[in-house]
Formats: sequence, structure tokens, C-alpha cells
Amino acid sequence: MNTAIAQIGLGPYLTVSAALLVLGVFGIFLNRKNIIIIMMSMELILLAANLNLVAFSSVLGDFSGQVLTLFVLTIAAAEAAIGLAILTVYFRNRGSIQVEDVATMKG
Amino acid sequence: MVQLVFYVFATILVGSAAMVISARNPVHSVLFLILAFFNAAGLFLVAGAEFLAMILVIVYVGAVAVLFLFVVMMLDIDFTKMREGLQRYAPIGGVVGCILFVELVMAGVHWGMSPVMPAPITGGLGQPGGAATNTGALGNLIYTHYILLFQLCGLVLLVAMIGAITLTLRDRPMGRRQIISRQHERKRADTLEMMNVPLGQGTDANGGFIRPNDSYYVTAVPGSYGVPAAEKREPGEGDAE
Repeated sequence: MNTAIAQIGLGPYLTVSAALLVLGVFGIFLNRKNIIIIMMSMELILLAANLNLVAFSSVLGDFSGQVLTLFVLTIAAAEAAIGLAILTVYFRNRGSIQVEDVATMKG
Repeated sequence: MVQLVFYVFATILVGSAAMVISARNPVHSVLFLILAFFNAAGLFLVAGAEFLAMILVIVYVGAVAVLFLFVVMMLDIDFTKMREGLQRYAPIGGVVGCILFVELVMAGVHWGMSPVMPAPITGGLGQPGGAATNTGALGNLIYTHYILLFQLCGLVLLVAMIGAITLTLRDRPMGRRQIISRQHERKRADTLEMMNVPLGQGTDANGGFIRPNDSYYVTAVPGSYGVPAAEKREPGEGDAE
């Protein structure tokens, strides 16, 4: 076990992570119309998951948690790139990024 | 001392996360997101994950957050109109958030480590002949034990890159493009000409540097920049208009 995290314990890490997750979920509801903020909230949720993985990995002395964090980071970066690309194309076609307008794309 | 560092990072992290979702201006949201990432990197450092902390700063702050910043600033959006539904959705979001938090706390209170654990995967950290640092141990693992997943990550990034380029690429008429086969077929005599320029007169007397000779537009794709107006339309395209 890492010495620094031994003094703090697992509990505070999990609490911070839970707060971050709840803030992310709340942000999705709060900014229903602004898809950019929704994507940032998703980044916050993924960050909470990463924090959990790193804390457990450090407490247990098991590196597979940190490897998983690395993979989550990769997926998050890919998701942000694709999402923002779709957003840019959508804005170019419609002149707005209102999430509710997306329903009009139904065929 | 370590506790103090932890609580400073944790407080700023949660506070800036709250500002990300509540800031009026999306640019401020992105800046608070960057602050949140920096503090999360601090928490990673306290937990002993140095490599991931640096990766978080480089990948998230250096690439993802800057990407967000670019998009927020590039799109001309009326952000005041976007906050109209705020009062309507805030109670629902609050209820869902509260339920989620209570559930997480309940799960955390009644949770305990299993007494029987599999052998931890350490990547040889601290062992004789193994890695001496966090980065070394992580490298030992991702290039041996997790090599297939690591390669898959590269593939995911490749697909994401190609997808993003394909989505946003626009066929602009301003692009300068060549017909490559014609460009390869060109001889030096088609393009280069040695002239004896009289002293003090320049090339104006001979027609200037760029002359509208036949070979000049031969390699350009019709419709691309620099092609004369008469050639601008591709055959067949004009019939539709």
C-alpha cells in the first residue's frame, strides 16, 4: 500500500468520487439544452470513475486499476473528439445546437 | 500534512465541478473543467499514480479541454437562450442526484473488502529485478499482460480520428488540388524555362514570372482554386442548374 494514501484511507477518496459523479449527473439534468455542458458533465462522471479506480488500485497495491484508468482516459478522449465533431457538423447544418431540435431528424 | 493536501485538492475539485455545471458562460465552464482536471491530477499524485496524473494533465487539459474551448468559441451560439429550461429541470435533477448520492452512501457503508483476494498484479514494482517506479510498473503491465487491450486502445483512437476527420471535412471550392497523374507526367520543359534576363529590367519584358502558358492549369482539378472561370464547372454539373 502506498504510504500517502494509507494516512488518508479509502473513504475520503470514495466520497470525493461520489460527489463528482452526482455533480456530473446533476449537470446533465441542469443543462438539458446545452449539449456542450452535457459533454463536460460526462467527462466529470468519467473522472469520478477514474478516481475510484486509482484509489482502489493504490490501496490494494494492484496495478490493474491504473491500467483500466489508462483505457478509460483513451475512450474518454475518443468520445470527446467524435462528440464535438458531430456537434460541429450539426451546428453547420442547423445553425443551433439545441438538443430538443435533434428530434426533428427522425425520418 | 498529506491529509491537508488531499482536502485542499478535493475541495477545489468538487467546487470547480460544481462551477462547471452552473457557470453562466460556457467558456468559464471549460476553464473550471481545466481546474477540476488539475486538482484530480493532484489527487492521483497523492494516491501514488504519478504517470496517470501527468497523462491526465497532458491528455485532458492539453487536448480534450482545449478541444472543448475551441468548439465553444468557434460556434456562434446564443447561450442565454439555452438556459431557459433551467428552472424546470433543476428539481428533477436535484431529486435524481440526491437519490444517487444516498444510494452511493448506503452502498459504501455496507461495503467491505473480501477477506479472500486474488494475488495483486503489481507489475514487479519494488521487487528485485522489477520496475522501480510507478511508470515502469505500468509499462511492464501494458506491454505484457494487457498488450491486446493496449493495442485495441490505439485502434479506438485511430477510428475516432478518422471519424472526426470524415465528419468535419468539407469539400471547399477554395481547396487547391491536383490531378496527381498529370502532375507526375509533367516534364521539366513544361514548367521550367531558362531565360537570359537583361540587367535591370527583370522578367516583365518576357511576360513576368507566371505566364498563362498552356501547362499552368493542366494539373489543377477543375473547380479548384486558381482555375479560370471557364473551366470551373465540371462536365455534366452545369446541366443541373
